[in-house]
Amino acid sequence: MAIEVRIPTILRTYTDGAKQVEGTGSTLGELFTDLEQRHGGLQDRLVDGGALRRFVNVYLNDEDVRFLDGLATPVKDGDKVTVLPAVAGG
Amino acid sequence: MRYDNLLDSLGHTPMVGLPRLSPSPAEGDVRLWAKLEDRNPTGSVKDRAAFFMIAQAEKDGLLSPGSTILEPTSGNTGIALAMVAKLRGYQLIVVMPENTSSERRLLLEMYGAQIIGSPAAGGSNEAVRVAKQIAAEHPDWVMLYQYGNEANVRAHYETTGPELLADLPEITHFVAGLGTTGTLMGVGRYLREHKPGVKIVAAEPRYGELVYGLRNVDEGFVPELYDESVLTSRFSVSSVDAVRRTRELISAEGIFAGISAGAALHAGLGLAAKAVADHQRADIVVLVADGGWKYLSTGAYSGTLEEAEARLEGQLWA
Repeated sequence: MAIEVRIPTILRTYTDGAKQVEGTGSTLGELFTDLEQRHGGLQDRLVDGGALRRFVNVYLNDEDVRFLDGLATPVKDGDKVTVLPAVAGG
Repeated sequence: MRYDNLLDSLGHTPMVGLPRLSPSPAEGDVRLWAKLEDRNPTGSVKDRAAFFMIAQAEKDGLLSPGSTILEPTSGNTGIALAMVAKLRGYQLIVVMPENTSSERRLLLEMYGAQIIGSPAAGGSNEAVRVAKQIAAEHPDWVMLYQYGNEANVRAHYETTGPELLADLPEITHFVAGLGTTGTLMGVGRYLREHKPGVKIVAAEPRYGELVYGLRNVDEGFVPELYDESVLTSRFSVSSVDAVRRTRELISAEGIFAGISAGAALHAGLGLAAKAVADHQRADIVVLVADGGWKYLSTGAYSGTLEEAEARLEGQLWA
């Protein structure tokens, strides 16, 4: 079992069109580094200067990681990570 | 209750307990409450923001009879503004995503508003972008801009927040849908000032892929009003969870609410379960932003959950 990461349409150019990829790591940051090995260029779209990019939202089991520990948030096998571009409602 | 006119009847909405949905409804345990914002002049929480934004614009001398107001909206703000515009003699033009329910369109037209549709892909981001473009081309029009207008937040700081605390001094959590962020910022700031330790929780609707179909990541948009430090947590809620909970509100408590209320309830139920597990007392208020009337055509209230989910795919359901 690994960690499931859902990728928004706009970033699927980095995953050969896959809407979901898998990775490992003990933190979100490590997970992104792991994904970078197989999906080069993806990490840079998500992370800038050691922090999540402003218009990218990441959820761990549906909770916004900015309210957990950001890139240092612990992750484990079976977790579901969702990446979405910032789109407002209202 | 008696008022001189409809506009004066704004707010002071009921807070009702949810004894069947609450894990332990007895006082001193874990209770859920719903603040019924459909009991506002045009039927949604947006009446508060709309009235305050227009009042401020009038005070600032920006509006006079015959003025044209322009606003990006997925529906409720447009409807609220349309009513006030009608009464005050303003023209209203709304920019609204095409993937919103037909009822919203009908209500806007009924109040005399003009609608400019924005592409479904990109949701409200696109509506904002198109509205900003049109505003630049028509400098004499007034864009109140609910995503950045402090009067939106102030409406909740001055009315919604105080009502909540007056009705439920023992409040521990406030949960609402996240859109412009006005409700959460206004209520959040007020409650945090008066009730240290209170938790302010956002339930963010998670739409289908189409709505997130931006052309590039730089088309991402965060409302200017949003101040992350006011929130305690933020949850993403799928359409199927939102619809399931909206139906539970009807079947368990008799409350006919819009789908964003289901999203907020979903987050609220998660908070309640956590409080029970932690042996903590909780009084959790869930904001019901509007009634279900405008969403009947979406099919969310009939058929199986799977059918409802499929029908909502691609729609801006909150």
